[in-house]
Amino acid sequence: MTMVQIEGLDKLLREHPFFDGMDDAYRELVSGCAANEVFQAGAYIYKEGQAADKFYLIRHGRVALEVHVPGKSPIIVDTLKAGDLMGWSWLVPPYRASFDARALELTRLLSLDAACLRGKMEEDPALGYDLHKRFTPVMASRLAAARHQLIDMYGHPGD
Amino acid sequence: MAGPDAPGRNKMAIDRNGLQDLIDALVGDGYRVIGPRIADGAVVLEPVAGVDDLPAGWRDEQDGGRYRLVDGGGDSLFEFGPGPQAWKRYLYPPTERLWRARRRGKGFAIEDDATETPRYAFLGVRACDIHALAIHDRVFDGGRGTDPGYQARRREAFVIAVNCTRAGGTCFCVSMGTGPKAEAGFDLALTELVDGNRHDFLVEAGSERGAQVLARIDHREAGDEDVTSADAALARTAETMGREMVPDVAGLLGRNLEHPQWNKVAERCLTCANCTLVCPTCFCSTVEDVTDLTGDTAERWRKWDSCFTVDFSYIHGGSIRREGAARYRQWMTHKLSTWHQQFGSSGCVGCGRCITWCPVGIDITEEARAIRDSEGDG
Amino acid sequence: MALAAVTRSISPMVPRPFRVEKVVRDVSDTFTLHLRPEEGRRAFPFAPGQFNMLYLFGVGEVPISISGDPGEPDRLIHTIRSVGTVTARMAALGKGDVVGVRGPFGSAWPVEAAEGSDVVIVAGGVGLAPLRPAIYHIITNRGKYGRLRILYGARTPRDILFRGQLERWSSRLDTFVDVTVDRASGDWHGNVGVVTRLIAHGGFDPDNTVAMVCGPEIMMRFTLQALADRGVASDRTHVSMERNMKCAVGFCGHCQYGGNFVCRDGPVFRFDRIEDIFAVREF
Repeated sequence: MTMVQIEGLDKLLREHPFFDGMDDAYRELVSGCAANEVFQAGAYIYKEGQAADKFYLIRHGRVALEVHVPGKSPIIVDTLKAGDLMGWSWLVPPYRASFDARALELTRLLSLDAACLRGKMEEDPALGYDLHKRFTPVMASRLAAARHQLIDMYGHPGD
Repeated sequence: MAGPDAPGRNKMAIDRNGLQDLIDALVGDGYRVIGPRIADGAVVLEPVAGVDDLPAGWRDEQDGGRYRLVDGGGDSLFEFGPGPQAWKRYLYPPTERLWRARRRGKGFAIEDDATETPRYAFLGVRACDIHALAIHDRVFDGGRGTDPGYQARRREAFVIAVNCTRAGGTCFCVSMGTGPKAEAGFDLALTELVDGNRHDFLVEAGSERGAQVLARIDHREAGDEDVTSADAALARTAETMGREMVPDVAGLLGRNLEHPQWNKVAERCLTCANCTLVCPTCFCSTVEDVTDLTGDTAERWRKWDSCFTVDFSYIHGGSIRREGAARYRQWMTHKLSTWHQQFGSSGCVGCGRCITWCPVGIDITEEARAIRDSEGDG
Repeated sequence: MALAAVTRSISPMVPRPFRVEKVVRDVSDTFTLHLRPEEGRRAFPFAPGQFNMLYLFGVGEVPISISGDPGEPDRLIHTIRSVGTVTARMAALGKGDVVGVRGPFGSAWPVEAAEGSDVVIVAGGVGLAPLRPAIYHIITNRGKYGRLRILYGARTPRDILFRGQLERWSSRLDTFVDVTVDRASGDWHGNVGVVTRLIAHGGFDPDNTVAMVCGPEIMMRFTLQALADRGVASDRTHVSMERNMKCAVGFCGHCQYGGNFVCRDGPVFRFDRIEDIFAVREF
């Protein structure tokens, strides 16, 4: 994990679609909680049940969200790529990861310290509202997509 | 401490001829004497008819993944450590038929299958292996249920311990508290005293049965010099142990089930199961139901099995322990940690066989140390 | 020089022949056998949650939970899912065929200890079968318990096991039954969603509840989390674990789960006793 100067991080945040249009002051605040991280192919970024003390913006690479099923190989339920946001359990008590996240190839992430941000959001509800507004559509579309996956569209007729 | 009337706590001594007399007496009593012999370049446990069958002058060189026999040119009969076989292959045979049944209409009838129990006399059981026998007693006959075949064979078995006068290359009995001296659990215990001038054995009776056999063969009271020589040899063995197990390994492993060392050792482990085959305390088995070509007779067999196979933990559709790391962890944590919860002691007796017979020389004392030294890392 | 003789016919590894009285086809690949011993005592007393080793002559043996009423020990009932060689052959059994039985083995659901408490039963898929004996016992002794909630999840409506019984239990005024499926077609008017959602509906006092959970391990993992989130202590939650078994009497070593033998220390475990190792993958 390499710490990049605050200026560099701020630039990355400014360029990332997720923070598009964010107030400069808030973005600077957020970048104070940011860091660069790199994961090799096959490495786990986090595991189900772990404390969700970060969320991530994928800058480069691909990540699989999976479920460990005893007796089987892990089941991948979603894949995320560059530009995607990863991890929203940090917003929802008890702040625990719901899935395993595994790098499918060399992956560079911007990680954001959740505890740091939760504190800042408490102090400034407007910041909190801004972040929640950005997260909610992501969560909603992921939920809808998951439900569509459930339909088992390609299954046998009469199932 | 044994009182003056306790059987055979006074030390006796016999010479090489006395050892032959002992074997003859046991054969005469109907025992099959099993002892160390050389076969396929290793010391194995096979029937012996006399002292001449024993590996006179041979010693072994053992290390991780290495076993060689060297002709020392002397007369000693027991100057080697544990070989690839353990006494479990006699008391708990690799295959055993549990029952046979015949089809009867749509049903079946189990046939009464009385078999004779063999009477074994084990010659040359090291202190570590004495502890292994006691461990198997707790597994197969220890209040959690009884294996009647094991129980019968064990009760008949006559045990002649041999105290190690030379530390093996991979042993660590001292740190496991299992040697080098056999303290109990034997009928007779021998310590070899051999130099250019004499070839004697200090003999200690450990049971009524042992004392009675000793009384029938030519023996003398041991002199002080015999006793001090034996003690010195054992002290030397204890001091020259090349390896040791870290203390409180049971708790250490229990706290580190997700330590990165498991993945590290898995890079080397071939899951070949050699360690479980040579280990004197491993007891896992599988059950095979077979039938003949007509389908009229069925048999149930029990066979040795190993937790290193993928199938070992198979349940509908997949195995619980898919990764080699998980299987290695199962073996090591069972042996050194969860065995305590199950049977009230460690499952490891420090014989070193798993280290010697691992094709890539994985050493559980090293693995334990690696975890201890980096506890909390990763 | 006499050599001792050993008779093995009393060994716990020897099965007793039982005759199939009835075969009931349940849902999809699941079927139920009603068995009666060929000879000897008719009654087969067992505690809810225990299992037998069922043997097919010359084919093999599998561990199957007893799914009948412990209050009616004259009938030995097993619900089996066809997932492998032996169970697939068992699916072809008919009235009059013979099955070997060894058992009963293992630990039981804490139906006595749960008296005076609310009881929440959470079952997934064929996991309802090992729980059914506990449900029978509680309903037979209904006055000794507080509220009874049976929560059941299946893949689709067509996979709902013991549907008629669930409906009968549901129609009792003193029993609440909630069934959910992962997905359904238009003519299903019941719940759709994971079974863990049903726990959040409440209807039990977390401080005075005993929970009994059985189903695929992954379903139990999410369920246990949901129960804990709801405030049910892990020493009041019980699960039925499954592992490979060859002997069922603690010798073969296959069913080891940490220091536990699932055949003797389980299959029913009080969750706090295995909570640490439950979270360790491939353990």
